[in-house]
Amino acid sequence: MHDEIDFDRILSQYPADPYEYIDILTPHAGRLVFKTSEEQPVSGPSGEWQHVPGTLLYQLERERNVKPVRSVVNGVVASLERALDGQFVEAGEKVMTLRHPLKKREIIDRILRNVLSMFLAPERAKYFFALDIQSRIDKHGQRSISIKPGDEVLTMSLMKRDTPVLYQGEPGIIHSVYFTPGATVDQDQPLIGICPEDKLPLIQKIIARVKSEWE
Amino acid sequence: MEHIRKRLAKCEEGIRYLCQIKEGCEWGNLSGLLAKLDELKASFYDYSEEGFSDEVSQIEEAVAFLAERCQEEISPMDRVRIVRSPLRFSLKDILENVYEDYTELGGEGEANIDPAMVVAKANILRRVKNRVFTQQVMVIGHEKGHGEEFRNGGSTKPWGNEKALRFMQVAETEGIPIHSYIFTPGAYPVEEYPGAAQQIARNLYAMAKLRVPIVSIISEGGSGGAEAIGLADFRLMFSHGYYSVISPEGAAAIEGRVGEGQKAPKELIEQCAEHLKITAQDNLDLGTIDRIVEEPPLGAKHDDFAFFKRLRFEMMRATDEVVLKTKSLRAFRAYELKLKKAGDDEALVNPDQDTNLHIDISWEMNDDEQKRLLALRAKKYRAMAAKAYLNDTTRFGEFCKKTSTRVAKVYYTVVYDILKRQQKQVEKVIKEVSGEGSSFVKRLSSPFTAAYDFIIHKPEGRSGKTPAAASRQEALALEFGDTYTSPLANEDRTVTCPNSATRGCKDLWVPDLYGEFCGVCENCGHHFPLEYQWYLNNLFDRDSIREFNAKIGASNPLNHPVLRQKLQNVKNETKRHSAIITFQARLLEVELVVAMLYSDFRNGTVGAAEGEKFVQACELAKLQRKPLLAYVHTTGGIRIQEGTMGVIQMPKCTLAVRDYVDAGGLYIVVYDNNSYAGPVASFLGCSHYQFAIRSSRIGFAGYRVIRDTTGQDIPPDYHSARNALKRGHIHGIWDRREFRRNLHQALMTMGGRNLYYR
Repeated sequence: MHDEIDFDRILSQYPADPYEYIDILTPHAGRLVFKTSEEQPVSGPSGEWQHVPGTLLYQLERERNVKPVRSVVNGVVASLERALDGQFVEAGEKVMTLRHPLKKREIIDRILRNVLSMFLAPERAKYFFALDIQSRIDKHGQRSISIKPGDEVLTMSLMKRDTPVLYQGEPGIIHSVYFTPGATVDQDQPLIGICPEDKLPLIQKIIARVKSEWE
Repeated sequence: MEHIRKRLAKCEEGIRYLCQIKEGCEWGNLSGLLAKLDELKASFYDYSEEGFSDEVSQIEEAVAFLAERCQEEISPMDRVRIVRSPLRFSLKDILENVYEDYTELGGEGEANIDPAMVVAKANILRRVKNRVFTQQVMVIGHEKGHGEEFRNGGSTKPWGNEKALRFMQVAETEGIPIHSYIFTPGAYPVEEYPGAAQQIARNLYAMAKLRVPIVSIISEGGSGGAEAIGLADFRLMFSHGYYSVISPEGAAAIEGRVGEGQKAPKELIEQCAEHLKITAQDNLDLGTIDRIVEEPPLGAKHDDFAFFKRLRFEMMRATDEVVLKTKSLRAFRAYELKLKKAGDDEALVNPDQDTNLHIDISWEMNDDEQKRLLALRAKKYRAMAAKAYLNDTTRFGEFCKKTSTRVAKVYYTVVYDILKRQQKQVEKVIKEVSGEGSSFVKRLSSPFTAAYDFIIHKPEGRSGKTPAAASRQEALALEFGDTYTSPLANEDRTVTCPNSATRGCKDLWVPDLYGEFCGVCENCGHHFPLEYQWYLNNLFDRDSIREFNAKIGASNPLNHPVLRQKLQNVKNETKRHSAIITFQARLLEVELVVAMLYSDFRNGTVGAAEGEKFVQACELAKLQRKPLLAYVHTTGGIRIQEGTMGVIQMPKCTLAVRDYVDAGGLYIVVYDNNSYAGPVASFLGCSHYQFAIRSSRIGFAGYRVIRDTTGQDIPPDYHSARNALKRGHIHGIWDRREFRRNLHQALMTMGGRNLYYR
């Protein structure tokens, strides 16, 4: 957690460029054929169950298996490596960039990720709150739980074994939870966001400002 | 002036009704008439009474003339619109006007488990000379209401059909006939328990052997929804009703490949209605109904009291005919009933015409009569659609088949009914005696054996094959043969598992996937579809398959313009004649009869040929006392181009299954890939033992139909086997690689030692 939160810098950053730029990398090698072009709008999966697939971005053919790659976000194709069209590409090569307009919720989320102290997943595993923490969350809500280094906050479930995870970082309250109990979380993905109690009013003020100012 | 105003209102009603039938006011200058009507209404006080009456008379004449013309050139689609008109009579009108009094059961109005299905216990009056009798009936039917939204247009939900079944069983307990009135555009296609398809199948299965007379009458007979209460001993149809496998709009959407949210062209809908042969006369000619009940021109409405009188007469007459056929002493009454047909139409024109039968027939039946009733019902459905399929067997072949069937009948009767029964008796006696004897000997010898065992210590356990060794040996026998590899494996490429995004499955090399992996993703277990030949070669013992009735082939009974060529093409491609393969096979020394619906032939759709082959498979399994397996590689439902000839396969095949199961047969259904609609809602869904292969989908209607009918979107895994298991529609999901083992186990556990459990 930064000692000082630059209130103005954070708030001025997003109106200037309210987009997220997502680089699309090839998942594996193959011959690439683009199915979209620059400045074309694209959409991510939609429908109640996200069952309507997103816009087809490109096809990648490997061993006569034509694999369609679809957009996972809404936005516009910002740039596209036109020279790669019809060529063989290696895995992990950047083929295009999508410009995704951020929503209010996403901006708040990004601000929080900047200003909160993130506790990251030590392993790719399933995580649960420790039993006493869970019961306190159920009773009083997560924002009333204050934790300090060395507290057993989470349980990591890996290879049918449950291992307690001890919290390391700044003491504070659990402001945000980024995992779903029982769902697999990749290594180094944030699990919980911790906020020192004295800085809570400031963070809430930032959130309120974004909510009121952002369309 | 009031009576003239009423006449004017009647005229307006008539014009609007004609507009509804013709789907617009352009026909016959109806719009001009409406304009004139409005003008008359506006200048009501400008006319004298006589002048106004003359004007109204002119309009009345014009309306009558147009109505007459409309009736003369009435098209099948006009009839569909008549049936859907809110002015048409509904079940409630029938209950009010045909029956003496009634009590609605299982709910009332909106406070109902399903307001689209109405059940009532009603009394009907029989007048014989000067005496009056009251006879009770159970009235079951769809209620469209006159524009009541909560009735859902008579589209019954699964729990509504379940209600109908419950009260059918009440009627059976009380021994009273059932009158079922069909006013449904189709069943409400939801899978939630008890499930649209599965409940219709249960209804059909129960109705097949319901020990009371059932008379049904169709006004709007929409496929599976209609069949849920439509299986009857006598089937009537209103002259302006329609009975169809699919709504003309649905057929047009399929024929014209119309996208979702778009409307099919009007001309195509008209054509489809014409091709599907949905009218009462068409159905009478096809033999799917027994009689037509005439309605007044352009259909009866809710206030046609003469028509209700006629309907009462027809329902009683039909019930009497059904009951009389089961009586030994019936000649004079049957003759009298036959005479009553003369002068039928009198009742329509003359409301004072005596429509009483004046014949004393009790609707109560004794055990023998009930048996006769059920036999007649089975016979009736067995004979349906008999000419709607091709049979290339020569006369000599037919003769040989008949002779061999007779010989087999005698042989199996001797073996199973005479010898086996005697043998069982003898075995039973021997078992009892030996049981007694061994107990007696044991008591006598126990002191000596105890002393002997004490002196010479014997090691524990018994010699011979251990259970583990036996199971190992059996497991070996269950392994697949290496004689067949899917032709899909002959391609050098990879494919992506549909679950790769969520489960991280790697691309699969096709020769591995369709060869060694049997079409199963080795990471997530997703089953890729395999051709039916794979099952023929890998499921049963080598060279044990003996196909029968291969020459019974699908035809085009309604002379549908598209079907003939399509059938010819698919026959040339598949070198088969129908979408079902029936054969005898062996699975680890268990002989069984198999009916296999497969996808290559018109997507496994069921028509008259498929139905006939299935029924014959049931009959063979029954004759030879073998278990029957229905393996559904894929079925897309009833073949719509065969119209009601296809729909009628639902009750026909279910009756055959019921006969087989009641005789002691073991009927197992296994679904694979996609199984939808009519077959699932009848002869497949009625099985007590249903299983599915992983990654298969089972349901009543597809996504689009559900969205169009219910207006709600459904999750992508709505029809998945796993959800079917959760809903209790199936009892287990099998891995394709374990199919042989699981089927054998199912045969042994469900069928027992003799595989013919009674």
